[in-house]
Amino acid sequence: MSTPVNISLTVNGEMVSRNVTPRETLADFLRISLELTGTHMGCEMGVCGACLVLLDGQVVHSCLMFAVQAGGSVVETIEGLTERAVIADIQDAFHQRNALQCGFCTPGMLMTAYALLSRPGIPSRDDIRDALSGNYCRCTGYESIVDAIETVARRRVLAGRQLEEAGA
Amino acid sequence: MPLKARAFSYARPTTMVEALETFAASGEDASYIAGGQSLVPALALRLQAPQTLIDIAHIDELRGIELQGDWLRIGALTRHCEALSDPLIARHAPLFHEAAPHVAHPAIRNKGTLGGSIALADPASEFPAMALAMGAELEIANRNGTRRVPADDFFHDLFQTAIEPGELLVAVHVPIVRARQRWAFDELARRRGDYAIVGAGILADFNGDLVEQIRLVFFAVGNTPVRAKAAEQALLGRRLDRDTVLAAQAALVDELAPPDDEHTPASMRLHLARVLLGRLLGRLSEAA
Repeated sequence: MSTPVNISLTVNGEMVSRNVTPRETLADFLRISLELTGTHMGCEMGVCGACLVLLDGQVVHSCLMFAVQAGGSVVETIEGLTERAVIADIQDAFHQRNALQCGFCTPGMLMTAYALLSRPGIPSRDDIRDALSGNYCRCTGYESIVDAIETVARRRVLAGRQLEEAGA
Repeated sequence: MPLKARAFSYARPTTMVEALETFAASGEDASYIAGGQSLVPALALRLQAPQTLIDIAHIDELRGIELQGDWLRIGALTRHCEALSDPLIARHAPLFHEAAPHVAHPAIRNKGTLGGSIALADPASEFPAMALAMGAELEIANRNGTRRVPADDFFHDLFQTAIEPGELLVAVHVPIVRARQRWAFDELARRRGDYAIVGAGILADFNGDLVEQIRLVFFAVGNTPVRAKAAEQALLGRRLDRDTVLAAQAALVDELAPPDDEHTPASMRLHLARVLLGRLLGRLSEAA
């Protein structure tokens, strides 16, 4: 029973092959085996959103799946997004707007913001709140987080337009 | 509190036959896992502790959304986010589409499956109730073959359905909506994504202004999704005028027996069920 299983998956662009025990969650695997501790563990039952990662391009809770289920998948963590600099503007806006205090929830918040802002258009504040409904923050009261995400959404659309105009 | 699952072995079959055989070989001490968004917490809390976990997420026979004559076949592995985005579901099985934004939070919807939700049959969940409201049929497989069970006969009791141990839910078959049908869905929850205090869906055939057929289903008011047949009777053959709506709301008293809990007394849930029914019938009138 519970024989270790060899899994291969891509994590932050690198192929990884490891033995895992089936009961090990993806979150534990990332944090302990791969030492990617930017993925945080709060409730461990899919409520707080601190452990969000990208699985095959979609945001999921890494505490709500076992590492063994992720064999063959492409996983990206907050470290990966940071290194690719695709959330640099979001991180900057969080900093500017004081959208974090203790920072525990921030990796999950950034994951949600990344996914939301990958869609076209500017989300309304209600859209942003709805997207954040699965992310708990016990410090900020959320207002500054919504502000930061809204700011980035506007800046990105503006930057897109300027690029278009420059091209035309 | 240990929030880690007890040790188990893992199997990843790629066909339904292989999955069913793996369950049989496990001595029936196994759980199927698809999206796992309810199962993983149950394992972490050790409400369940199977010897074997059978990962059915890689079985193609459980996938796909396609029109089959007057029915839409929705593979059990269809995820909640697809129920929201898929154009065939939006057009032909609209109550799933309308319920989807209310199912948990975005990240859960990216992983959780429609089939898993219906097979689990949480009485507070949206999809089981909407399967009942649309008169869906549930396709179930065992080692002898498959059968289709009408939703009216599927939900037996709290977390208990027509699915026997070891069987798999293969697909949800929904009769596609017809031209004279109107529908409405809503729920009351403290915050979007929370479990509903009470929710309901209606699918009705109209002849002009008159209700010809109707299926009205409530959830979070009992051990299973509940078809409110007395309220349906009060609406059949009638226009949705004020007296009819009041009669339907009054009928709920006798047929809904919602649970009492520390947050929501039964009387409040019943009151909110009446409020919700009034709103939904109002929307059906406007949809004319």
